[in-house]
Amino acid sequence: MIQKQRTIRSVPKKVLCLLILSLGLQIIWHYQLPPSSAQIKPLTSPPRVELLRLFSLGDPIVAAKVLMLWLQAFETQGGKFLSYQQLNYNTLQEWLARILLLDPKVQYPLLTASYSYSMVNDPFKKRQILEFIYQQFFIDPNTRWQWLAHAAILAKHRLKDLPLALKYAEAIAAHATPNMPYWAQEMRIFILEDMGELEEARLVIGGMLAKGQITDPNEIKFLNEKLLALEQNK
Amino acid sequence: MMKQIFTLATLVALEALCARFFLTIVILLLIGFGFALFIGQITVIETIAYQSSLLAAFLRLSAVYIVSLFVITSMVHEFQEHSVYLWLSLPIQRSTYFLGKFSGFMLIALITAILFGAALLLFVPYLQVGLWTLSLFCELLIITALSLFCVLTFHHAVQTFSVVLGFYILARSISTMQLMAEGPLNNSWTDQFINGLINILAMLLPNLVQFTQSEWIVYYTGSFDNLLEIVVQTIIYVILLIAMSLFDLYRKNL
Repeated sequence: MIQKQRTIRSVPKKVLCLLILSLGLQIIWHYQLPPSSAQIKPLTSPPRVELLRLFSLGDPIVAAKVLMLWLQAFETQGGKFLSYQQLNYNTLQEWLARILLLDPKVQYPLLTASYSYSMVNDPFKKRQILEFIYQQFFIDPNTRWQWLAHAAILAKHRLKDLPLALKYAEAIAAHATPNMPYWAQEMRIFILEDMGELEEARLVIGGMLAKGQITDPNEIKFLNEKLLALEQNK
Repeated sequence: MMKQIFTLATLVALEALCARFFLTIVILLLIGFGFALFIGQITVIETIAYQSSLLAAFLRLSAVYIVSLFVITSMVHEFQEHSVYLWLSLPIQRSTYFLGKFSGFMLIALITAILFGAALLLFVPYLQVGLWTLSLFCELLIITALSLFCVLTFHHAVQTFSVVLGFYILARSISTMQLMAEGPLNNSWTDQFINGLINILAMLLPNLVQFTQSEWIVYYTGSFDNLLEIVVQTIIYVILLIAMSLFDLYRKNL
């Protein structure tokens, strides 16, 4: 049980002085120390996935989430913000891939890849991260199509690389699932149109309508109108 | 006998109240909620999944830590104050004394699991939370029985807690270690020896990886089939630990 303590007066003055002095010394010592190093550390390669699983104590989902938050916070070091240009994108991809191996259902790494890391100014790094999204798409097209769709938009508008955008759009269409919206499957039509490949675009629309891939009447009407417009532009 | 067990269990519960055990639980819950709020601030998508999984992991580790520490310190206290001699001088069997203590600690583990499970109801559907809570209770039962066994063997808090911690880490990692040991570069006799040792350890340890899975909390994949496996494993392992503890207790010259 809790016993009532004696008053502060029962503490010898020497002990009180020692307490105050040591506390003061600690505070002075803290301010004497040099400020924490603001030197930016590079992103090192991730450990093997087996090791990550081992250190996760049998809980790879939590490990994936902790690693993802750590990676997200890596851009802020010593109070400074790193530009994506300063990040090694090969290593970054390795980290993102490890996180996806630990928790294959998680979407966060692909979101950061397609919406954050793809905003880098360096076109080579931008292509690297888009390729990463493309490779990861094939592992689970049903849940990862939206990141590749965004990659196709980036390839078209930011990189102005229409063949690359078409490659991504065609991958989505080739792995279409009932969960995918029609616009994702139709992206390649507009990219082909932008490329001036009108004949190819007409064939794609014709093929989609003939195969019965599209069931929504409004969508069929829209595609028919598009087909007509392409015919008129012939 | 049942009355004696009940009395001993009640005394353990009263000890928990006096030692402010439940206040610690409340403080851990507050820290957990603060942590979840912080996670909510830094995540861009899947916020609920991140909050619930990290809170669940924090609560699970906290529950294992606090329950094992309570069992160990309570029993060490009992040995140091010689209360155990007083109990055993009464017309009470050693098995009754042990089961009374174990029942009391079991009650503490149950209350801890329920309180920590209830905290997850803010983020996760109640069926998955129910499954997680029952599974956490099973995990805590194994830890409680192990802590009791170790404290009867070592009588000292530092050694006992170190062994319990080592056991827990090993039981949670052993399946990954097995996978690593069964790699393609497994030719030399040392590799085969280590592989055999890991397989023996895996055979003797409970498969705690199946317990209290984050996947249930994040992707709602838990079903009562999972629970059946966990309950059977818990019953077998707790009986084994109780038998080992009783064997040790009856041989002690107390």
